Amino acid sequence: MSLFNIFNVAGSAMSAQAQRLNVVSSNLANADSVTSSNGQPYKAKQVVFSAVPVADSVSTGVKVSEVVEDANPPKMMYDPKHPLADEKGYVAMPNVNVVEEMVNMISASRSYQTNVETMNAAKTMLLKTLTLGQ
Amino acid sequence: MVGKIDDFMRFHEAALSIRGQRQQLLASNIANADTPNYKARDIDFSAAMNHALSLKGGQISADLAKTSATHLDVQGAQNGVSPLYRTIAQGSVDGNTVDMDVERNQFTDNSLRYEASLTILNMQIRNMLAAIQG
Repeated sequence: MSLFNIFNVAGSAMSAQAQRLNVVSSNLANADSVTSSNGQPYKAKQVVFSAVPVADSVSTGVKVSEVVEDANPPKMMYDPKHPLADEKGYVAMPNVNVVEEMVNMISASRSYQTNVETMNAAKTMLLKTLTLGQ
Repeated sequence: MVGKIDDFMRFHEAALSIRGQRQQLLASNIANADTPNYKARDIDFSAAMNHALSLKGGQISADLAKTSATHLDVQGAQNGVSPLYRTIAQGSVDGNTVDMDVERNQFTDNSLRYEASLTILNMQIRNMLAAIQG
């Protein structure tokens, strides 16, 4: 039954969007983390989506193929009193763009909602099909 | 007699099956709205319907006949109709061709038409029962 595949497809998209939301929240939480376990400022992370065909059907799901680090240089902030400031008085701050992350967050949550609706529509269709002939 | 009932219901049975497949494709498009380089796909409903009605009774689907072992399978082709790529109205930087408004519109339209077919099929069954039971 082809409609059951919609659950797989929408489910894969929901988990991918949830992962994106996770990365966004981690970026926002660490927007001011000047240092991390490796001594470097936190680097913003981004998810990369890729399409995966669902077996024996026409449909295509989504998966997160990798999580990449943002290649932008760290933001330099002038604060000579900061313990991590260099000899010129600059501190390397994470390269998180807060505005970009907020937009990313809204986009991810909207996509998630749309997929929930897709799944609900498929559920209604299947339930109606079950009552055929009654 | 059974063959006649089969003929009686064939039209909406074929319609339901194609609508189901189309719903699956549209769900895939919605799920992949944020996937870079994903190309939105859809099927030509009337072509698929004509093809399904042209098949003889008992023959459920017509796959391409393979006359040589080296012939490739037609990817994603079901009911003899393969999905087509949507023409782009507005391109995007990441190569994705999903237009969310079009997809949601088609998704709702398709699910309503699916339910309409179901309702008609239900009425046909009810009529048939009334004729049998008197």
